[in-house]
Amino acid sequence: MTERPVLPMTSGYQTWYRFSRNPTALIGATIVILAVLAALLAPWITPYPDHAGAVVNFRARHLPPSIEYWFGTDNVGRDQFTRCIFGLRVSLTLAFVVLAIAVPFGTILGLLAGYFGGWTEIVIMRLTDIALAIPPLVMALAVAAVLTPSLVNAMLAIAILWWTWHTRLVYSLTRQIRAQEFVEAAETLGASRFHILFREILPNCVGPIAVKTSLDAGFVILVGASLSFLGLGIQPPTPDLGTMVASGAAFLPDHWWESVLPGAVILILALGFNLLGDGLRDLFDVEDA
Amino acid sequence: MTAPVLELRGLTKHFPRRGGFFGRVTGLVRAVEDVSLTIARGEVYGLAGESGSGKSTIARMLMGLEVPTGGEIRLNGAPLPNRKISPVQMVFQNPGASLNPRRTVGQSVAVPLAVAGIAGAAQTARVAELLDMVRLPGDFAQRFPHELSGGQKQRVAIARALAVTPELLVLDEPTSALDVSVQARVMDLLVDLGQDLGLTYLFISHDLSLMRNFADRVGVLYQGRIVETGPVARVFESPDNDYTRLLLASVPVISDEEAALRPVIPMIDGEIPTAEALMALRRAEQDRTKEGRK
Amino acid sequence: MAGLLSVRDLSIEFTTYGQTNRVLHGVSLDVDARAQIALVGESGSGKSVTMKAIMGLLRQPPARITGGSILFDGQDLLTMPESARLALRGTAMSMVFQDPMSSLNPVFTIEDQLGTILKYADRRLGRNRDRRGRRERVLEVLDKVRMREPERVAASYPVMLSGGMRQRVLIAMALLSEPRLLIADEPGTALDVTTQAQILRLLKDLVAAQGLALLMITHNLGVVRETSDYVYVMHRGQVVEHGATAAIFAAPKTDYTRDLIAAVPRLTGGSRYGSAAGRGARA
Repeated sequence: MTERPVLPMTSGYQTWYRFSRNPTALIGATIVILAVLAALLAPWITPYPDHAGAVVNFRARHLPPSIEYWFGTDNVGRDQFTRCIFGLRVSLTLAFVVLAIAVPFGTILGLLAGYFGGWTEIVIMRLTDIALAIPPLVMALAVAAVLTPSLVNAMLAIAILWWTWHTRLVYSLTRQIRAQEFVEAAETLGASRFHILFREILPNCVGPIAVKTSLDAGFVILVGASLSFLGLGIQPPTPDLGTMVASGAAFLPDHWWESVLPGAVILILALGFNLLGDGLRDLFDVEDA
Repeated sequence: MTAPVLELRGLTKHFPRRGGFFGRVTGLVRAVEDVSLTIARGEVYGLAGESGSGKSTIARMLMGLEVPTGGEIRLNGAPLPNRKISPVQMVFQNPGASLNPRRTVGQSVAVPLAVAGIAGAAQTARVAELLDMVRLPGDFAQRFPHELSGGQKQRVAIARALAVTPELLVLDEPTSALDVSVQARVMDLLVDLGQDLGLTYLFISHDLSLMRNFADRVGVLYQGRIVETGPVARVFESPDNDYTRLLLASVPVISDEEAALRPVIPMIDGEIPTAEALMALRRAEQDRTKEGRK
Repeated sequence: MAGLLSVRDLSIEFTTYGQTNRVLHGVSLDVDARAQIALVGESGSGKSVTMKAIMGLLRQPPARITGGSILFDGQDLLTMPESARLALRGTAMSMVFQDPMSSLNPVFTIEDQLGTILKYADRRLGRNRDRRGRRERVLEVLDKVRMREPERVAASYPVMLSGGMRQRVLIAMALLSEPRLLIADEPGTALDVTTQAQILRLLKDLVAAQGLALLMITHNLGVVRETSDYVYVMHRGQVVEHGATAAIFAAPKTDYTRDLIAAVPRLTGGSRYGSAAGRGARA
């Protein structure tokens, strides 16, 4: 009998194996990676990088998609494809910053509420309930209206309510994990509260948090696009997908590419994060079984 | 005479039973009722009981995870000290649940060492020493719990419990989730460690055959009370209490000698009776005898 | 006695993470009508895989039956059309599951659950029974498993019943369609020892009264001795030894069986632990 090569059965290998055979996860990951790369390398991979700035090219206004201009041109003659790629930068930055604020903040609140119970739990969870009752878009509009519209303020407006979902998630996870024996063992062994929260409980929450963060990225991008559609996000001439959809809407249906194509980019980007999140969830569900 | 390692006097724990619309307290769950026992140094005391007997609650009170409603716990003659590292440590029943799945074996064993201020190279050395003590190879420190078998996980749990030399080690059904051959090896280890390190054990189990071969004295728990206690040979060979007799009669055994040792229990409705039914029968008999005497 | 179930040279392999492992190596066993057989082994021995293969509960992939046959009443279950196989499951051959806590759906009453199972079993057998007939049968089996108040139990939700009662419900579930072979998967393992003794006794009595064959899967040698006349000992995917229970316990032929029996603690004492007790060094 021939010797079969023995594969290293580490948990890392097993995770990679399952991930690489999960079509949802792979498609999502591909889209996200491509988008991030495109955003990072935008000045070098786009055909007309200066069209991302305040350039006008009146002779090439409203041109349909062609070999020269892959996504056509807008009302001042700028290449839509280039602007879409640069628009990715704005969307991805938005998602990254919002989540970088909301996820740690919400996670810590959830850990504290879930572990300590009592007044800590009551205060934090009721605060969360109140925050959850406010529609995010309305809140974002209110914040953006009070402050001058800009990318930073848009990020602030979204982050200000986004942490609540993570608090809820981590709260319920902490309560489950807290009841497990290894947490009790750590307590009797004298571990500090900090140790128990961040070295025992938090590592066991990483899976669901990763899934939720990935799914959130898609939603944050959509909310951001909605804000800029309403004119409350980053201001022109910086290219932004939502703004492009809005300004292109005026020229529907004759110059459809000016509104529809940026919209399609938003769709694909959000879809990519959603698929990645779904795929991650499949991955983690099986692991926990 | 030195004080016993553990002394329980009238230990009681009640939980409020909440019901009704607003979660009102509607009654009491008497988990542990007036339990008294002593364990001398180096002894193995067995607590035999089924689910609902209160054995787990007693263990949790000893570890400081629950506060007694009444009675007292004395460790070496003094009340339980309120230290960060509990002087009573426990090996839990489910080996999979007592180790953090996201931390390596070495990290889990090192938790109490870090608390005790042992860090760096000294910590690594002590972890290696502990793993060696439980007969596991040193490179296991880098492994995760899911890479270990049940028996190996229990050894890690034992190593962790011994890391800071506890006064009393509570073993809560330590081998009930393990195969019988693995169980024999873990029990061998526990006995050897007990002798080498002079450990004192409180051994909680529903497996009476195991109890017979490990414990020196035994206490039988039923619905929160100790219904019988004494040296293990005496209790098993001439049990006084009906519940003890029922427990012994229920043990599945593999030889005729053991079958002969088991008490004979009267059947009720063609079935082995439940404990309550058996005791009701006994009471009815006693009443009849009283009537007969009149 | 006619051979009811006959497993011949069964071999199964599992493929996980791209790696294939043989789990069963040519396992053979026989269960005659009215016989009480035990399949005993530790974890990883292959006893659960064997049981699942017999019941048709093995997911293929990741499992793959690479050889052998499973004959029930002379017909090979592995080559039978799926519909014929389904007609047998839960009817002629049924299983008592291991964990009474998770094997019952918490949101349906006992009567609902047993009634539904009976309805589908009837359909597979081409039998016609109305709701009242089903209820009668449900109460009848609940009575057979010695439930004190069958109507009350039938109307209850699983959460209202004790562990022992739930296990009886699982046994009742297996008896609904008058099976000829009962496969019991570690019955009573999740229960207290006194409740387990009751359940084992009940199984023995039922099997004798109904004329069933019993195949008991367990890791507990004491349970084997109490419930079975003949035992198959499995280790690493093979049957290492088989014979009459009394004979195997009195004079085991293989080292594995001998060591297994020696590892069981005795109620009479005399199996002291520790290296000083002279059991030999264990790594």
